[in-house]
Amino acid sequence: MGVISISETPLHVLAVDDSNIDRKLIERLLKTFSYHVTAVDSGIKALEFLGLQDVENFQSFSPNPEEEVNLVITDYCMPGMTGFELLRKIKESKSLKDIPVVIMSSDNIPARINRCLEEGAEEFFLKPVRLSDVDKLKPYFSKNDRKTTDEEECVSSDRSRAMDDDDGGDVDGDGDDGVEAWSDENEQIEKDQSCHHKMFKIEDVVP
Amino acid sequence: MAAVSQLQRQFIEYTTSLYNEGYLDDQFTQLQKLQDESNPEFVVEVVSLFFEDSEKLLNNLATALQQKIVDYKQVDSHVHQFKGSSSSIGAQRVTNVCVHFRNYCEEKNLDGCLRCLQQVKHEYILVRNKLETLFRLEQQIVQAGGSIPMME
Repeated sequence: MGVISISETPLHVLAVDDSNIDRKLIERLLKTFSYHVTAVDSGIKALEFLGLQDVENFQSFSPNPEEEVNLVITDYCMPGMTGFELLRKIKESKSLKDIPVVIMSSDNIPARINRCLEEGAEEFFLKPVRLSDVDKLKPYFSKNDRKTTDEEECVSSDRSRAMDDDDGGDVDGDGDDGVEAWSDENEQIEKDQSCHHKMFKIEDVVP
Repeated sequence: MAAVSQLQRQFIEYTTSLYNEGYLDDQFTQLQKLQDESNPEFVVEVVSLFFEDSEKLLNNLATALQQKIVDYKQVDSHVHQFKGSSSSIGAQRVTNVCVHFRNYCEEKNLDGCLRCLQQVKHEYILVRNKLETLFRLEQQIVQAGGSIPMME
C-alpha cells in the first residue's frame, strides 16, 4: 500500500500547532507513516522555515532545497497567525503555492471548512486527528519529479468525517448551530486572532 | 504467574470502568495504539504534558475570573485550550465541562463560569487520579514480568 517514490528521501511534512500536546500527537502520527516531520508552534515560524526572508514583506521567499517541504498540516486556531492566514500566504506565494496544505480544527463549522477548501486546502481534519486521517494524506504529496502510478490511481479524499453533520443543528454541543452570516464572519475570522468567532455577534459588526 | 494474571485482570477491569464511566473515550485508545517499542513511554509522556498544561490553565482561569472586569474573551481562550488538550488525550468528562464553560463565556455569565471552573477542576483531578492509578497498575504488571493487556 506504500507509495513507490523515485528517490529514497522520505516525504517531509511541516506540522504547525500552538498546542504542545497536539504537536507531539501529530508528529507521532506522521512518523507512524515514516514521514520526516518538522513541527513548529506558529504560522510565522512555519513561513520562516519555508524560506520567508522578510517578516515585513511576505512576498519574498527563498526556499531551502535541502529542506524541501512536501506537505503542510496546520491547526486552524492559533494566536498571531491563524491556519487560514498561513494557508493564504502559502497559496499567494509563487514559490510555495504548489505545496499541499491540510487544515486541522477542533471545531466542526461547515462555513470554516468550506472557506479553507476554497482557499486551496486539500483536506480538513477534525481534531483529535487519527491514524485513519493521516492515512488519507498520501495522494496529496507534492515532490519534484514525482509521478507514480499510485498517485494517478489515488482515491479522492473523503471529507465525510468533517462534513458529516449537515443537519443544521448544534452539532458539536457548543451552543450554536455553526451557521453564520458569510461576509461579516469572513472578515471577523481573518481578524480574529484567537478564533473566538462566536464572540462577535452580527449586531456588533453590522452598523 | 498468578500475581501477574491477577494484576492484568485488575488492569482490564479498571480500564473498562474508566471507559464505561466516561472518564476516558476512544481517543485514549488511539494514544495507546501509538505506543510501541520505539515509543514505549508515549502515553505517559502525552498525559504528563496534559497534566502540566492543565495546572497552568486552571491557574490562569482562576486569575482571569478574579479580575474586577472579567475579560471573557481571555477566559474563553483558556477554556478553548483546555477543551482541545483534554479532547486530544480522551479525557471526555473534562471536555464536556469545557463545552458548557464556553457557553457561559459567550453569555458573559460570571456565576456560570465560576461554577464551571469548579466543575472542570473537579473532573480534572478525578481523571488525573484515575490515570495515575492506571499507570501504577501498568508498572506493577511490568515489574512482575507480565505484559500490559491491549484494550480493544
